[in-house]
Amino acid sequence: MGDSASLRGRHWFEALTDGVSPLPGGIPSVLAADIPLGSDRARVIAVVPDPTNRLPRARQGEIGIDEGWAIARRVREAIDGSGRPILAVVDVPSQAYGRMEELLGIHLACAAAVDAYATARLAGHPVVSLVVGNALSGAFLAHGYQANRVIALDDPHVSIHAMGKAAAARVTRRSVADLERLGQEILPLAYDVASFAKLGLLHELIGGVDADAPSPADVARVRERIVAAIADARQGPPDLSSRRRSAAAQQNRAASIAVRAGLAAEWD
Amino acid sequence: MTRVADLLTRASFVEMNARERARSLLDAGTFRELLGPFEGLESPWLQRQGVVPQSDDGVVVARGTLGGVPAVVLAIEGAFQGGSTGEVSGAKIAGALELALRDAEAGKTIRPVLLFETGGVRLQEANLGLAAMADIHAALIALRQHVPVVGVIAGMVGCFGGMSITAGLVSRLIMTRQGRLGLNGPEVIEQNAGIAELDSRNKPLIWSLTGGEIRVATGFADVLVEDDAQAIADEVRAAFAAGAPAEPNSSRVAFWQARLAQLPASADGAALRTLWAGDE
Repeated sequence: MGDSASLRGRHWFEALTDGVSPLPGGIPSVLAADIPLGSDRARVIAVVPDPTNRLPRARQGEIGIDEGWAIARRVREAIDGSGRPILAVVDVPSQAYGRMEELLGIHLACAAAVDAYATARLAGHPVVSLVVGNALSGAFLAHGYQANRVIALDDPHVSIHAMGKAAAARVTRRSVADLERLGQEILPLAYDVASFAKLGLLHELIGGVDADAPSPADVARVRERIVAAIADARQGPPDLSSRRRSAAAQQNRAASIAVRAGLAAEWD
Repeated sequence: MTRVADLLTRASFVEMNARERARSLLDAGTFRELLGPFEGLESPWLQRQGVVPQSDDGVVVARGTLGGVPAVVLAIEGAFQGGSTGEVSGAKIAGALELALRDAEAGKTIRPVLLFETGGVRLQEANLGLAAMADIHAALIALRQHVPVVGVIAGMVGCFGGMSITAGLVSRLIMTRQGRLGLNGPEVIEQNAGIAELDSRNKPLIWSLTGGEIRVATGFADVLVEDDAQAIADEVRAAFAAGAPAEPNSSRVAFWQARLAQLPASADGAALRTLWAGDE
């Protein structure tokens, strides 16, 4: 996809909101709208590129200082005791890497977004993340990973990962080809979303959808899967324990489960 | 001369390893480690990448008391893989916070403390480290609704990556001058954004952005303490005595958005200090 900013997040936000105007106010890089979804009125939030962002390191759709706090505001506005759902449309390349960002506490801006999503979830608002593109690193922690249910499009350009490929190669001093080879051998290093799904962290992988140019039927199907994920979230506890329940998690996050059992046995 | 004498009687907390830190913090004689090194619960992912695993995976989970109250101290070992969060080390932190939450929900008193020393997610366990980080955030926020969670960034490695977000979520954050707190480490910024954005060898600049002194002065941390084990233990107890703040820092959206409405004249601590003087 090169260096050009991805427009998938914006496209999916527009497709799902379908003519409903975005909420006024806020910043151009954080879109929000209240849309009918099933029998609910859901708050939808997307982070999108803004080439005029006042902070240059956050112009490609990254989560920067302003984005973190803006997400927190949009999520908190929706916490009203009604239990209405919150949907995060996720296509985020990374957090913003910059000197001004560090000075102004980008860690706290991300924490504010994490805090808001988790607080909404604990207050009985089902939170669902729809990953339509990249869900990388600190950006995904801030926008998406606190959801009760994470669903993703099964598409070659959908990637959920701890660090973008190019950045990871630079930091670990490996080539991108080496990283890809390692990912085939060691599951948590893989960049493709099908491998990610084997970790048990996804609620559903939605296949057969054109992620770049979805047809009305594609959008209708994705909307239906979101509604199903919301219903499923309402049936379960408000924590993230569902991520350890699936057969995939039992197999590939076995250590995560064993550590908890060991701690519980020795706690008192 | 009294200052020299004072320095000689001091025990450096920064120079302690994770186990010593946890032990020194808890009430004398109460330290009990869970899933200790002899249980051999280590990373299932490192060996096949040519990295020697460690039998505690770099996190010490310690029960004991703090000021006579049941506590759990989660101490990260900066000397093992830079304190990075892997599947096991991350599950130890998340799992302990989840058990502390279970106690708090059952009406039992618990004092949870996090001792940070980490570069963030362990890249050899990438997606499982990131998943553990989300679990840690979730458990901490749920627990924080019942009892204060206290964090300490003493120094050596500092606190970076996803774990800096964790530090942003604690009820009260204590730092030494030797501690650093930031999302992206200076080398990572230089590699991704270029040396003009940040020269990672410019140490005074790095400290002016992320060091404990500026973080406390600008409200990103609550207490600045000397590198002295006794002083840190006292501050941790004082933080619990003070109770939870009216609002955790990460929930103060209006306050921080108002602060961030204007950018400082330049990206350094002095400019920010001037801009934010007196608005607490």
